[in-house]
Amino acid sequence: MRIDIEDLRVAYAGRTVVAGAHLVAAEGEITGLVGPNGSGKSTLLRTVYRHLRPAAGRVLLAGTDIRELSSARSARHVAALPQERGTDFELTVREVVAMGRTPYKRAFAGEDATDRDVVARALADVGMDGQAGRRFTALSGGERQRVLLARAFAQGPDVLVLDEPTNHLDIRHQVELLALLRGRHRTALVSLHDLNAAASVCDRLHVLHAGTVIASGPPREVLTPPLLAEVFGVRAAVVDHPLTGDPLIAFDHRTPAQPKQEVPSWR
Amino acid sequence: MRSALSRRADTGTAGDARTLPAGPLLLVLGIVLLLALTAAVAWGSTSVPPAEVWSVVGRRLTGATPRPGTDDLIVWQLRVPRALLAALVGAGLGLVGTAVQALVRNPLADPYLLGISNGASLGAVAALVLGLGTGGTLGIGLSGAAFAGALATFALVWAVAARRGGFAPLRLVLAGVAIGQFLSGFTSYLVLRAGDEQQTHSVLFWLMGSLGGANWDLLALPALAVPGAWLCLQARARGLNALLMGDETAAGLGVDVTRLRRELFTVTSVLTGVLVAVSGAIAFVALMVPHVCRLLVGGDHRRLLPVSALGGAVLLVVVDIVCRTAMDAQELPVGVVTSLLGAPALLYLLDRRLGSDS
Repeated sequence: MRIDIEDLRVAYAGRTVVAGAHLVAAEGEITGLVGPNGSGKSTLLRTVYRHLRPAAGRVLLAGTDIRELSSARSARHVAALPQERGTDFELTVREVVAMGRTPYKRAFAGEDATDRDVVARALADVGMDGQAGRRFTALSGGERQRVLLARAFAQGPDVLVLDEPTNHLDIRHQVELLALLRGRHRTALVSLHDLNAAASVCDRLHVLHAGTVIASGPPREVLTPPLLAEVFGVRAAVVDHPLTGDPLIAFDHRTPAQPKQEVPSWR
Repeated sequence: MRSALSRRADTGTAGDARTLPAGPLLLVLGIVLLLALTAAVAWGSTSVPPAEVWSVVGRRLTGATPRPGTDDLIVWQLRVPRALLAALVGAGLGLVGTAVQALVRNPLADPYLLGISNGASLGAVAALVLGLGTGGTLGIGLSGAAFAGALATFALVWAVAARRGGFAPLRLVLAGVAIGQFLSGFTSYLVLRAGDEQQTHSVLFWLMGSLGGANWDLLALPALAVPGAWLCLQARARGLNALLMGDETAAGLGVDVTRLRRELFTVTSVLTGVLVAVSGAIAFVALMVPHVCRLLVGGDHRRLLPVSALGGAVLLVVVDIVCRTAMDAQELPVGVVTSLLGAPALLYLLDRRLGSDS
């Protein structure tokens, strides 16, 4: 299922954080959201998985405004992996993954064979099937994030929404998690801090700046030195990755970007 | 050097959750509760043999004419209502503690954190001092005043917490604590003003929690409220689970977080109000019972809620036996014993758990 975001405006804590964003997450593609801190990535994603309500504009799921669906119904199509880590309440890995079945269950309903099956498969997909009985809070950061991804898989979604899924993970676990995501061939909308990760994982990128999308397209077309200077405030060269051939952004960590220049429109 | 950096060790290989299956545990707790109830009715200043206890109860339940005598009076009029009140209040405290801990996402929260019981206590104390209650006994008027105090506080905390949208955990706790402290200041003032020693004594007894006022009339309210609250919470067990992970996660799972919080706050407030109205402010049970039960069956509320309810019932029935029989001349307030037992038990559990995984 595709997601269309049309002229989305969202206020958060009394401030307009997303100010008229347009973007499309196409079916079967991994769509990346990049932008500096405070550019509105998380706020935009929170609106897609319905933690926040838009002040104006729409989020369309396969052409239907998500606000016309009940929250449980849209949660069957859109699964989220927010940046939250959970607190210590003695939940096991399996119980956390089984939460993914929440939008399918009525009050008092127990687990049926389908639920057990889906949960077992989700655990196996992220390689945590041997650890179902462990306490969630006893896991390492990388394991936790895999379990949370399994919970999103267990939701049986058409679209995955991930907010900085590789944050706080070491490089090996970052690579593992993104490989899991790529391996699913499922429509995904993901925000990423790491531009090189975004360049190699995403089919299309949208660059957010001050709450609007100022550039969209394949990574190679979007991540250009002038844009990096203007939006991120860094000097960088874009070269070909010697191993993968993906665009590789080589940052200049010594010199800040030149003072602001007029930016052409990249839309 | 490079490999040492990239092979950052995964911490936390320990920590397999060893929990008990909930079904058999519930059965065991049910049997233990029946035994505890029987003991509570049999033991006391005058002991009644357990067989006689059940024969009296059996005759009453089947509508046969009760055999005249003191056993019937002691068993049916005095001890059965008291034992049932202990069970209901204990179950209620277990439920309310579980719900509040999920509501504010803190495993060490308890209903006193939301200020409701301070309001109920103020209502009760005001009734006592202003002479609405009947001397030292916990009459229906007193319970009514306590319940009214709980509901008024609920409305106040709600109004403060819900201002500018949101029922965020921190906001709810801050509103509850602030208003609760304000009200308990009032309560202290009323106690000081009371002057009359007998009155002060009964107020203090109330504040420490007591099941001494039990009679069949007093049972009606908790007999409705406790099972009702359990059903409300059990129906929302998956939502409670989702709340543990965070508001955004819960929203992503299709849970309407703000509505769920409102519902939980309403259920816990009404239940807390009822419990304080019939038994005063009993400390520690609502905090400790869910905590211990979570160690036994894990954090999934579909299992945790019934286990906490039964566990709380067993605990309070047993504690009340101790309160009635520990000292010859006088009864201990139930809250004194729950604090004396609860604080060390909690410290022990915390210590054991922190030692095991961090």
